[in-house]
Amino acid sequence: MNNLLKNALWVGIALLGAVAVGGIALNRGESISALWFVAAAVCVYAIAYRFYASWIAAKVLVLDETRATPAERFDNGRDFIPTNRWIVFGHHFAAIAGPGPLIGPTLAAQFGYLPGTLWILVGAVLGGCVQDMVTLFFSMRRDGRSLGQMARDELGPIGGIAALIGTFAIMIILIAVLGLVVVNAMKHSPWATSTVAATIPIAMFVGLYMRNIRPGRVLEGSALGVVLLLLAVVGGGWVGHNATLRSLFDHDGLPLAWAVIAYGFAAAIVPVWLLLAPRDYLSTFMKLGTIILLAIAIVVLQPAIRMPALTQFIDGTGPIFGGKLFPFVFITIACGAISGFHSLIASGTTPKLLANERDIRMIGYGGMALESFVAIMALIAATVLEPGVFFAINSPAGVVGKEAAEAVAKISSWGFPVTVEQMNLLAQQMGETTLFARTGGAPSLAVGMASIFGSAFGQGMLALWYHFAIMFEAIFILTTLDAGTRVGRFMLQDMLGNVWPRMGETSWTPSVILTSGLVVGAWGYFLYIGVIDPNGGVNLLWPLFGIANQMLAAIALCVGTGILIKSGKLKYAWITGVPLTWLVLVTSAAAWEKIFSEDKRIGFFAAANDMAAKLAAGALPPEKAAVAPQLIFNQHLDAWLTVFFVTVLWVIVLDMLRVSARSLSGRPVPPVSESPHIPSRLVEDYARD
Amino acid sequence: MDALRKLWRAIRCLSGDDAYERYLAHHAEHHPDQTPLTREAFFRQWQENKWKGAKRCC
Repeated sequence: MNNLLKNALWVGIALLGAVAVGGIALNRGESISALWFVAAAVCVYAIAYRFYASWIAAKVLVLDETRATPAERFDNGRDFIPTNRWIVFGHHFAAIAGPGPLIGPTLAAQFGYLPGTLWILVGAVLGGCVQDMVTLFFSMRRDGRSLGQMARDELGPIGGIAALIGTFAIMIILIAVLGLVVVNAMKHSPWATSTVAATIPIAMFVGLYMRNIRPGRVLEGSALGVVLLLLAVVGGGWVGHNATLRSLFDHDGLPLAWAVIAYGFAAAIVPVWLLLAPRDYLSTFMKLGTIILLAIAIVVLQPAIRMPALTQFIDGTGPIFGGKLFPFVFITIACGAISGFHSLIASGTTPKLLANERDIRMIGYGGMALESFVAIMALIAATVLEPGVFFAINSPAGVVGKEAAEAVAKISSWGFPVTVEQMNLLAQQMGETTLFARTGGAPSLAVGMASIFGSAFGQGMLALWYHFAIMFEAIFILTTLDAGTRVGRFMLQDMLGNVWPRMGETSWTPSVILTSGLVVGAWGYFLYIGVIDPNGGVNLLWPLFGIANQMLAAIALCVGTGILIKSGKLKYAWITGVPLTWLVLVTSAAAWEKIFSEDKRIGFFAAANDMAAKLAAGALPPEKAAVAPQLIFNQHLDAWLTVFFVTVLWVIVLDMLRVSARSLSGRPVPPVSESPHIPSRLVEDYARD
Repeated sequence: MDALRKLWRAIRCLSGDDAYERYLAHHAEHHPDQTPLTREAFFRQWQENKWKGAKRCC
């Protein structure tokens, strides 16, 4: 009877999911409630988790709950600690959920709501969740070794080097594009700029509080910090309305970019306790709080989706970024569907906390499913806006024109009516002078969130909600920026240490300054490129980031596929092999177009040639002609970087195939480096809670 | 009430608020012959340790 009931429940979930997905996919012309998206997502995750993830756990990975985990064997009370699975889940989710799943789906909404939704759901349950779960499992079976170490041990030195370079490259591009998102959100917005600036002293105060005033009282310090942050949002409004203070925080993109670069350098060399650690507490609390609030608001309010299922921009003429639906939707939405970066968290940190192997399904697969749900909510927040408003906020001036009248005429001519008055009223409601050409995803997401929060919790505070959303995005973008710069620095110190051992000492000041400077210089340069780009820079940098992130995912999936084949599980190797093949396909196709496309909005070389021709013909106005040589150089640089990424990708894929073929034909390969089986002593008192 | 207490314990554990207490418990169990670190010294070490490697994602 009990079984019958359970089966009926799952049949019900499957039916509801099918109806919701079908309704989303087939709906045309009418607006559709956001609740359908939530229902579709929850049902898809539930079914995938209950059936696919269980099957992988039982048949493919063969999780063994009687086997001692690294946390049990090396329990040292510091990094190896057997931990309750809900706590590990919290740590893991806080680490993987960054700004990526908020930005990608917002940008990809230019294709309509359908492509993004389907890719987020399918990509997550068949790709991203599997990648995270498999990587977590293999790292756990190898004493918590990192992805790079596993690539070296299992595939050989080539795989190891590719993983190292891939990680470093993605870090640089990621930080640059996130920096650009923050700069575009702060541009000529004294309220946003002053609020974001205030987060720095607030974080430092919290750091001092936790270290000196009340050592180790993390929650007290964080609670104080959160209150101060909320006051900073309110205070920012006051700054925005004060004529003298206003001018202090009213800046163009370029000076703001320099400020972000200077901040990044300072944050990388000051001790972690002063800035990075306290900022991370604040951003984690803000992030979790806002996500929960957004979920509640969407369920309570059930906003209507205004964006059509598909727009005409699937043909590649989209204003936010150029390129057809295939392959660019799969590159634009990386985090939320599949994110290579997660494999760095799933190897290294999280496996050292697992108390039992059985927890891997919930933490690896479930953690990513929840992140994917965040991406769905971001997509909802972007698509509840009037499409005309969405495009007016996100289209760069280089595409729709600098003047408001020009921009609204152009956007309305696409079939997405919007007026100058409408945009002015919206800007005024949000406490901004203008919302035109705020490319990057953060402002449109903030407007979307503000309108959802505003209708759910009080319309009167739209401007506060808007700046709260901007602050919330900025604070954890800056956390990623700090943490990423530091990781890049450690990697560089490690590499340079091979040549000159002193450089490898992580706390030797000259080495710290030099390597931090190099890392900040590298991402700072790309940030600079993005800011001076007349098309807003997102068109330039986001595809590079997507390609880099998918390349890293492909490396993780290569390691997983290689280990599965080497351990005699060829018939199950498709669980990582299929997403790997798809990623190789989309990444190569996107790279091909970015390199060879004749369309100057897609191809890097085409854009460089177009600008060179215009420069030679004297067709550029003097201020554009002055920066043209630099823009041409940047386009070339981006093209070669794309060539480099796709080469690294193919090198590791071919290396994995070589190792697999040798293994299958019985020739010697690097041995499977799994740690020996030691029975768990925790298992008797291991209560399932 | 019990559920609330559980939630509070989970929040403390997740944030690391109780890290020192857990360290003391671990220390008492495994190295009873040595004196444990002070709260201040432990917190410094714990925080340094926490931020080695990739800890935050995109």
